[in-house]
Amino acid sequence: MEIKAKAKRCAFVRTDICVACGCCVKVCPLSAIQIWNGIWAKVDRAKCVGCGKCARECPASIIEIQEVTV
Amino acid sequence: MKKRWYDYLWIVELTYMALGLFNILFAWLGMLFFCIPLMISLVWGTKGYCNRYCGRGQLFGLLGGRFGLSRKKDVPKWLRSKWFRYGFLIFFFIMFFQMLWNTYLVFAGVQNLRQAVTLLWTFQLPWHWAYHGTLFSPGVAQFAFGFYSVMLTSTVLGLLTMALFKPRSWCVYCPMGTMTQLICKAKHRKDDIVTGQKSELKQICQTKERRSSYGTFQFF
Repeated sequence: MEIKAKAKRCAFVRTDICVACGCCVKVCPLSAIQIWNGIWAKVDRAKCVGCGKCARECPASIIEIQEVTV
Repeated sequence: MKKRWYDYLWIVELTYMALGLFNILFAWLGMLFFCIPLMISLVWGTKGYCNRYCGRGQLFGLLGGRFGLSRKKDVPKWLRSKWFRYGFLIFFFIMFFQMLWNTYLVFAGVQNLRQAVTLLWTFQLPWHWAYHGTLFSPGVAQFAFGFYSVMLTSTVLGLLTMALFKPRSWCVYCPMGTMTQLICKAKHRKDDIVTGQKSELKQICQTKERRSSYGTFQFF
């Protein structure tokens, strides 16, 4: 029997151009994002459910919601 | 989400801009908006000010978000590029030092006090009604006029980008934000910034490859 891979949605941050403003942190309902040493936003993949609130809020639009195969 | 005291700091920002309309010497209080973020980044190595205490960011978030004064469109790529951010920081620094030079000239008695606020580094707005004399040198007032010009210019730019793009688009190229981020980078240079960043990017690339092999994913 073939086991289908479960698709999970998760936020990905383009860390090279992240401005670390913290807008994403404020809107995350699961506190899955934190600002790493004032340099860029880091997503806790275990907590993130890919709701997309952070992506909509990000002023630089550098957060993308992608499906990841678990 | 429960509101904290620092969620109302937009009132401080509004009050600051309003006070400058009545007495320009209140502009000196704006030094706090410069010194506190720098102190936080220098001492703790974080962008705690931007993340939590920035009244200006909150104000833009409120006007653009709750009041719907923003188109909520993506900022153009050039605006978020490092070239523009660092370029704007340098430009802002040059203008700031020019303001300091003008203040020095008034202190030295070479130049008379100009009771005007310069908007967008170009337009001289008469602001004489907000000047009621000073107990100190006129240079003190000149610095206040210059500093208020900086604050007003950045507020107007922030409001413009708020209306055109996302509410807090100003945060993308805010010189204070760029500067504090640079300080944080310098402070944590021995940490795994590079490795951490690479691993994050690597993760994205791996996802990209994995998705591409299924033919269902396009990245950027």
